Order: sequence, then C-alpha cells, then structure tokens
Amino acid sequence: MYDGWKIILGIIIFLVVFTIPLWLNIANKADTSIPELVLPTDYKECIAPRDYMRAYHMDILDEWRDKVVRQDIRMFKFKDQVVEMSLTKTCMKCHDSKQNFCDRCHNYFGVKPYCWDCHVAPEEVKKKFATREDLNRLNEDTENNNSVRR
Amino acid sequence: MDRRKFIYLLSGTACLGIAGKVGFELTAKGEIINSAEKGLGNKRWAMAIDLFRLKKKNTYFACIEACHNAHNVPEILNKKHEIKWIWRENFKHAFIEQEHKNLPQKITSLPVLLLCNHCNRPPCVNVCPTKATWRRSDGIVMMDWHRCIGCRYCIAACPYGSRSFNFIEPKPHIHNITEDFPARTRGVVEKCTFCAEYIVKGEYIKQPDCVAASKGAIVFGNLNDKNSEVYKLLTTKFSIRRKPELSTEPEVYYIIEDEEV
Repeated sequence: MYDGWKIILGIIIFLVVFTIPLWLNIANKADTSIPELVLPTDYKECIAPRDYMRAYHMDILDEWRDKVVRQDIRMFKFKDQVVEMSLTKTCMKCHDSKQNFCDRCHNYFGVKPYCWDCHVAPEEVKKKFATREDLNRLNEDTENNNSVRR
Repeated sequence: MDRRKFIYLLSGTACLGIAGKVGFELTAKGEIINSAEKGLGNKRWAMAIDLFRLKKKNTYFACIEACHNAHNVPEILNKKHEIKWIWRENFKHAFIEQEHKNLPQKITSLPVLLLCNHCNRPPCVNVCPTKATWRRSDGIVMMDWHRCIGCRYCIAACPYGSRSFNFIEPKPHIHNITEDFPARTRGVVEKCTFCAEYIVKGEYIKQPDCVAASKGAIVFGNLNDKNSEVYKLLTTKFSIRRKPELSTEPEVYYIIEDEEV
C-alpha cells in the first residue's frame, strides 16, 4: 500500500469527527435515558393500543385534521365511545400536559412538530396569555418600532 | 430449491406480510364516523344585518368582542399588522358605490359591521395556489390554515378587504385565549369562517358568535330554506350587498329599512 500511513490517518480522523457527538455526550455525561411520560391517571384507555399510538399518532392527527377541516367529518368511534377528532378537545383533555407528555419524546428524538405554533397547549391556557396591560405595552412597542423603521 | 418453489415462497411471504399489516391496522384503529351530511349542497348559509336595529341596540363592539374572543383573534393596534374578522366601518366607506351626496342623513350616518361576505363566486378561492381556501358545498368560504403558505394572493383578490395577514406572531397579542379553537401563526392569512366549527351534521348547533351577541340585529340562516328567518327577512325588507357590480354575489346582506317606517 503506497502512502499507507496517510490513508490510515485519514480514516482515523474521519472516524473521530464522525463519532464526535457520541464522545461529547459521554464527556458531558448527557442524560440519554429513555424519557418517562406522565400518563393521565383518570383515563385508562386511549383511542388505539399503546404501540400503535406510539408509532402512528402523527398519522392519526394528520388524517383527523384533513377530515375535520376539509370534509367536515368530525366524530371518531372506538369501542363504545364517540369522541371529536380534535387535538385540543380530545387528546389534550386526557393528556393534559404538553410539557410532560408531547415534549418529552419530541425533545428526546429531536423532532419539532409545528402543531403548537397555532394550537393552544393546556399550559398556555393556564398561564393566561396577555393581560390588558401586556397588550397595551405590546401595542406601544410595535408602534415605537414602526416609527423607528419609518 | 428450484425456481418454482422459490416463487411460491416469495409470493407466500408477501401475502402474509400484507395481511399482517392490514390486520394490525384493522384491529388497532377505531373508526371515523362519516358525520358530514350528504345534502350539504342544498344549503346556503347567509347573514342579514339590520343596520337600523344594530344602531338601536348598539351591539357593534359586543359582536366584535364575541367573535374575536371565540376565535383567538389578536388585538394589534398598529394598522399595518392589524388582524380583523369583523369590524366597524361608516356607511360611506362600506358602500362606496351606493353613495351620492343627497342620501338621507339617517342612512349615511349608519355604522356598518363588515366581515367576510362568503361570496357565491369568491375571487380569493380562484387565486389560492394551495387550495388553502375553498368554497364548501353549503356556501361557506372556508380556510385551512395548515395549508396556507402566506402568498397573500387572496388578500389582493378580495374586493372587500376581509382578509388579514399575520405579519407578526399573533399569540402574544391574544387577550382571552380559547383552548378549543386554534390561534394562527406568523405568515398565515385569516378571516371569518361563518363559525363553521359549530356545524354538526350540516346544522349549526349554536348560532355564530356575532349573531348571538347582536341582540337580534343580525339574522343568520339557510337561504334555501323558505321557512328560515333570514329568507323571510330578505324577501320582505329592502337590503343591499357590498359591491354587487363585481358579481361576486356576497351572502351577507344589509337591511336598510327603518322599523318605524
């Protein structure tokens, strides 16, 4: 092998760079344990078995979304129950915390769904968005920004 | 193994795999109930706003407040970023084409509530490149905010200024947040949806919020139903629509007949 040491050095450098997230995590003692979800205590059953929900909840939500918004089909039946196909009106009534349920897995896997850009999480209701004073201040701020830009 | 056996084996496993997946899906999932009524198309939701009664009851801001609270409409005072689903305007600006300088003062002094007209021939629907806005078979011009890409063609197309664009993140500007209705995000167009979320099996389970808050000044119903209040009102009283010359055929009617006359 000509210039063997160069090739081997190259491979070693590549491997180190490629696996650097692993070494960094080990060095930082990052918590890589599987996240624990807080499950609702008042309710025993979800609309589908746990494994199915784990794997396909996003598909269910997508399907519900299209059915409700575009076709005006709103109800979902499972076993002897009928529920509305709604993230906030159905899912989040049992799973009443976004932080302790949705976010834990999503953060662990590094996925960023944009559901909550618009939809209102239970936490947001508890915190009561803007008071009258907040709104006035915000409105003043945007006014000021505007005049500066002009 | 000969070729024939190999093909048997291959197709056998494929069948098993497909059957397994279908079986899993069938057992795992509940069932969507088709609650959309087939006869949606024979309905035509329409609104009649009695301007004199509205002035008498003075429920303009009650209507606006009720609508904007229920639908998480942000309150942004900066006119450039303002979001509005229903708003107050003076007669002269609302009915430009009706105006001449000798109109009776009692008519030109009427304030008007404006909202999306839910046109029979909506220009906003024609221009939307993603079908984020479309006309339902019962006449409601609906919006799917999931699909809106914020191109704002519809804002340019709408002759009534009924659509608003979220230039800034709206959530911090919402006063009374309602959990059961989504807010919107930056880069999305929004407008009145005739409270389509109250429709179950083709019928309203409760009145739209502005109608409920108007103390009888706004009447809402199915215009194709000859027994509906809105039909009776429109066939007995004089009403006008905004910019009829554009033939977009709005379904929001303004009654300008004084009750005492």
